[in-house]
Amino acid sequence: MSPPAPVAAGVIRRGIGILGVAVREEPRIFALSAVGSALFGLTTIGQAYVFGAITERVIVPNIRDGEAKTAGLAIAFLAVVVTAMLKVVGIIARRLGAGIMQYRLQASYRRRVTRRYLELPLEWHQEHPTGELLSNANSDVEATWYPIAPFPFAVGVLFMLVVTLGLLFVTDPVLALVGSVVFPAIATLTVLYSRRMSPLMTHAQQLRGEVSTIAHESFDGALVVKTLGRESDETDRFRAKAHELRDTMTAIGRVRGVFDPLMEALPVLGVLVVLLVGTSRVGSGAIDSGQLVRVAYLFTLLAFPVRALGWVLNELPRSVVGWDRVQRVLTATGAQEYGDGSIAADAGPTTLTVEAVSFRHGAAETLSEVALDVQPGRTVALVGPTGSGKSTLAGLLVRLVDPHTGQVRYDDLDVRELGPGALAQVAALVPQQTFLFDDTVRGNITLGADFSDEDVWAALRLAQADGFVAALAKGLDTVVGERGTTLSGGQRQRLALARAVVRRPRLLVLDDATSSVDPSVEQRILAGLRDSGPASTVVVVAYRRATIALADEVVFLDGGRITGRGTHDQLLATSAGYRDLVTAYERAEVERAAEHAGDEFEVLT
Amino acid sequence: MTAPTMESRATSRGALATLAHGLRLTPEFREGLGFTLLLALISTGGRVVVPVAVQQTIDKGLNAPGGPDLALVRNACLLAAAAVGVTAIANYLMNVRLYRTTENGLAALRVRAFRRVHDLSMLHQAAERRGSLVSRVTSDVDTISTFMQFGGLLIVVSTAQVLLTTVIMLAWSWQLTLLVYACFLPLVFTIRFFQRRLEVAYGRVRETIGRMLGAVAESVVGASVIRAYGVQARTAERIDGAVADTMQAQKKAQTLAAITFSAGELTAAVANGAVIWVGVLLGVGGDLTTGRLVGFLFLVTLFVQPVQIATEILNEAQNAVAGMRRVLDVLDTPTDVADPGDDGAVLPPGPVAVRFAHVDFAYPGGPNVLHDVDLEIAAQTRVAVVGETGSGKTTFAKLLTRLMDPTSGDVLLSGVALRRLRFSSLRTRVVMVPQDGFLFDSTVADNVRYGRPGATDDEIALAFTELGLADWVEQLPAGLASPVGERGEHLSVGERQLVAVARAYIADPDLLVLDEATSAVDPATEVRLNRALDSLTRGRTTIAIAHRLSTAEAADEVLVVDKGVVVERGPHAELVGAGGVYSRLHASWMSQSR
Repeated sequence: MSPPAPVAAGVIRRGIGILGVAVREEPRIFALSAVGSALFGLTTIGQAYVFGAITERVIVPNIRDGEAKTAGLAIAFLAVVVTAMLKVVGIIARRLGAGIMQYRLQASYRRRVTRRYLELPLEWHQEHPTGELLSNANSDVEATWYPIAPFPFAVGVLFMLVVTLGLLFVTDPVLALVGSVVFPAIATLTVLYSRRMSPLMTHAQQLRGEVSTIAHESFDGALVVKTLGRESDETDRFRAKAHELRDTMTAIGRVRGVFDPLMEALPVLGVLVVLLVGTSRVGSGAIDSGQLVRVAYLFTLLAFPVRALGWVLNELPRSVVGWDRVQRVLTATGAQEYGDGSIAADAGPTTLTVEAVSFRHGAAETLSEVALDVQPGRTVALVGPTGSGKSTLAGLLVRLVDPHTGQVRYDDLDVRELGPGALAQVAALVPQQTFLFDDTVRGNITLGADFSDEDVWAALRLAQADGFVAALAKGLDTVVGERGTTLSGGQRQRLALARAVVRRPRLLVLDDATSSVDPSVEQRILAGLRDSGPASTVVVVAYRRATIALADEVVFLDGGRITGRGTHDQLLATSAGYRDLVTAYERAEVERAAEHAGDEFEVLT
Repeated sequence: MTAPTMESRATSRGALATLAHGLRLTPEFREGLGFTLLLALISTGGRVVVPVAVQQTIDKGLNAPGGPDLALVRNACLLAAAAVGVTAIANYLMNVRLYRTTENGLAALRVRAFRRVHDLSMLHQAAERRGSLVSRVTSDVDTISTFMQFGGLLIVVSTAQVLLTTVIMLAWSWQLTLLVYACFLPLVFTIRFFQRRLEVAYGRVRETIGRMLGAVAESVVGASVIRAYGVQARTAERIDGAVADTMQAQKKAQTLAAITFSAGELTAAVANGAVIWVGVLLGVGGDLTTGRLVGFLFLVTLFVQPVQIATEILNEAQNAVAGMRRVLDVLDTPTDVADPGDDGAVLPPGPVAVRFAHVDFAYPGGPNVLHDVDLEIAAQTRVAVVGETGSGKTTFAKLLTRLMDPTSGDVLLSGVALRRLRFSSLRTRVVMVPQDGFLFDSTVADNVRYGRPGATDDEIALAFTELGLADWVEQLPAGLASPVGERGEHLSVGERQLVAVARAYIADPDLLVLDEATSAVDPATEVRLNRALDSLTRGRTTIAIAHRLSTAEAADEVLVVDKGVVVERGPHAELVGAGGVYSRLHASWMSQSR
């Protein structure tokens, strides 16, 4: 593996551009921290002056004269402490300002990114892996604003360097020459350091991500790994990546090993040169010993802060990568457009019309020219083999996605003309895979809407979930979801169902929504739905005959097209595909019986 | 279901004990540790060069009798420069060794912990949140790595620095040394006070970040539901609340950290002021030279820095120790379902017979899920296990494949107790297809090959053909080379199950266990697949845990589990009319499917 190439100057320029964005977005906080940082710089220089002056005016004469003058000592003491207090004010302003600026920017961009997640269409979500979207909102936002923490410090350091060099020239041009070699040398070394280091750091960060991806995947598939006895192979796969990370980190250690000692030695050598040159300058009477001490002290004090420039530069490449990834989300286009139409939420079951709807998923057409109309209060079963486009159609019905051609209409109103939120007032989908929010049972059912506890319990009863919810430690107030009580797949599905029915939707779409529920419980749910009256138009994706039996009409979907439509009996008679699908079990039984008979026959002969 | 989590089992080891334990478990860390520490000590030497050089310059150079002695200063400076050179080299070597040793050790620790997670029984795996297991081999290790190379190194260097500084201070003036220590003593207490508060503040930051990440995740993972119910505004509000909480917690911690840091600065000033005052008094009394006094002022700088960074390092150290503890907890967790390895037995060749000998099973702290299951399944038979949700039928499958061990009793395959059977033998001869047919982010072919590494594409294609799934493969965008996406998400749930069955089929086991392996597949495909499996798996033993009773109808024999007890057993034809649990289940199934 060849070492990653040094960072291009363009990246640094772009990184500085991002810092500019930060300053424009948080000008006041930045000003506070920059002023604090400048105060820190000035007081640092001030400390050197104070020590120089004390050496020259207090220490040297007092010790030379063998007499301690209390007034002078008191002034010296106060001068040291007051300078330090001012410095502390500078430090606090700088650190608080930098921290608050960083946190505010992080918070602001997290809000913006997640706002986009909520606005962008579902199709966009489906095109991006979950892990990528999560890291856009978390680590990428964080990385973008990492350089903000040392940024005000670096600004203050630049200011301090300019002032220092100016003062050095005023003090003694010869010592100033030493300073104008040493400080730029430290700065240059810092830049070189970060240009060697940051690609390695970026690489290491990327490898950490890859190590994490392998661990995630491997542990998620732990059962498969275990049942196929592939633990060693998985460990090898993980080890290879872990070792790559180790090697990159070791390379980082070597770079650090070269630069760290140099950065530390350079100011020390500078002080030694100052002492050497300074002694001869004192000898020639150009400066006094106080000035020499001051310059030496200044070198000591400045050596560390100068590195802040490096901290900022080090973080810039990562920041640029993070920024680009965040921008990809912020500038993503294709939000679902809403009209300003409205539709009555309590006008009984709706008419549903699907007209010539086609939908493509990448290159493959998953739905072609699908047309369907459902009269108010009717129940339609969508039946079709695995992968025939049932879930896609279910999603289209409630406008999770928009068709590429064609229309979906409720009561003759194109769903695209409805205003934001209007559709959810009339239609509810229970998806195949249940999602529960990290919230209470009640919160998961009401989703913040205003339903009484009686309504919630009624919905739970209908979904056959009242029993287990009542048995939960805190009933409706039990927290479920990621961090809450663990529920079984069937229990989760029943909560999702209750979430839909509590809204008394005019259109209810069930996408294989009871697959994890025991057959007998499912039957009770379906019976409940039927008996609760024709309050909804229902579209249900189903395999089971009992579910199909509840439907007034069956639509058979095959390869993205509707190939049959009618009652169950009609379809049985007219559609070979449908017959093949729903009678599979009976046929299997008959064939087995025939084989069995054959076996016996063989035995007999 | 509750299983002991690693947290609850974690011994409350102190920080030092944790480190010692970590060193014991990771010999890589100890390699050349002594020499690295020595190098660290030497490399600190460079830092006291300046104060000593300043002292020498002032006392022997500038204040030399007869005016500044340039030659002496030059010699002193050259000597100092040489010392700087030596320490720089030591510093270089120390860095290289430190990184090599720590990264070596951490990589080994990481890999061992990873392996251990896979070796844990699924009971333990399930008791931990996935994310928490992942963090033990990722961020926890990264935290240790960062600490060792920055904070940990600073601790070593700073300690050396304080020691070295103290030695020089003592050599110059014990009185001033005492004075400096007296000034810094209150700081140590102040810092301890703040440090405890900081710890709480940082804990709060971590907690709010965790909640915020959860809220952010909802906007991604729950994308469909949020849109279906039009709850964008509510979700945004929840995220904003969590984001704001995080920012508040961060600001509070930052304020505390800034104040703590400042305390060091002020202490240094007070110490310097006092050193000047007392130093001058001592100097006037002839006990101290000017150079030493000025040198002291430089030394105090060296003193304050370690104390100042101590606050930040201590927090980092606590995080690192906590991380270390979490990683070690994984390694300390006993592999309760362990591979007997080379001591174990090998499954005799040929078809596999199954025997459950008085098997009881209970999840830790829970009631029995299986009671006294005692039965034999002859080799080469096809058995369906049926029962309602929670009856214990999945537990039966897990015990059969040794994903868990019985609480009492034994499971034997062809007369060999499962506990004695080598995993290398067990896992190649016995394969289970779980309900959740997890797929890896790769192609269809690679996922099937997972069942038998080295299987060619032709063999994989043949497997699909034999299973009657050639049509399905054909309609995939790139056939066998089609990528399945993260966790197989490009495929429907049913399609993932098809791949999972093919994966098990190509592994060619002698005992095949299907745990509701085709629950999301459409009936026609399921029937076709089962028929294919039936004919193909003749000659092996097949045990299918079934949700749909169609599977039971096709089996040689049906085992009916109810409330943890095997209540009925026999061919479908016999049981269906017997008026027992099976009759009831079957009636319910018929009313559903006909």
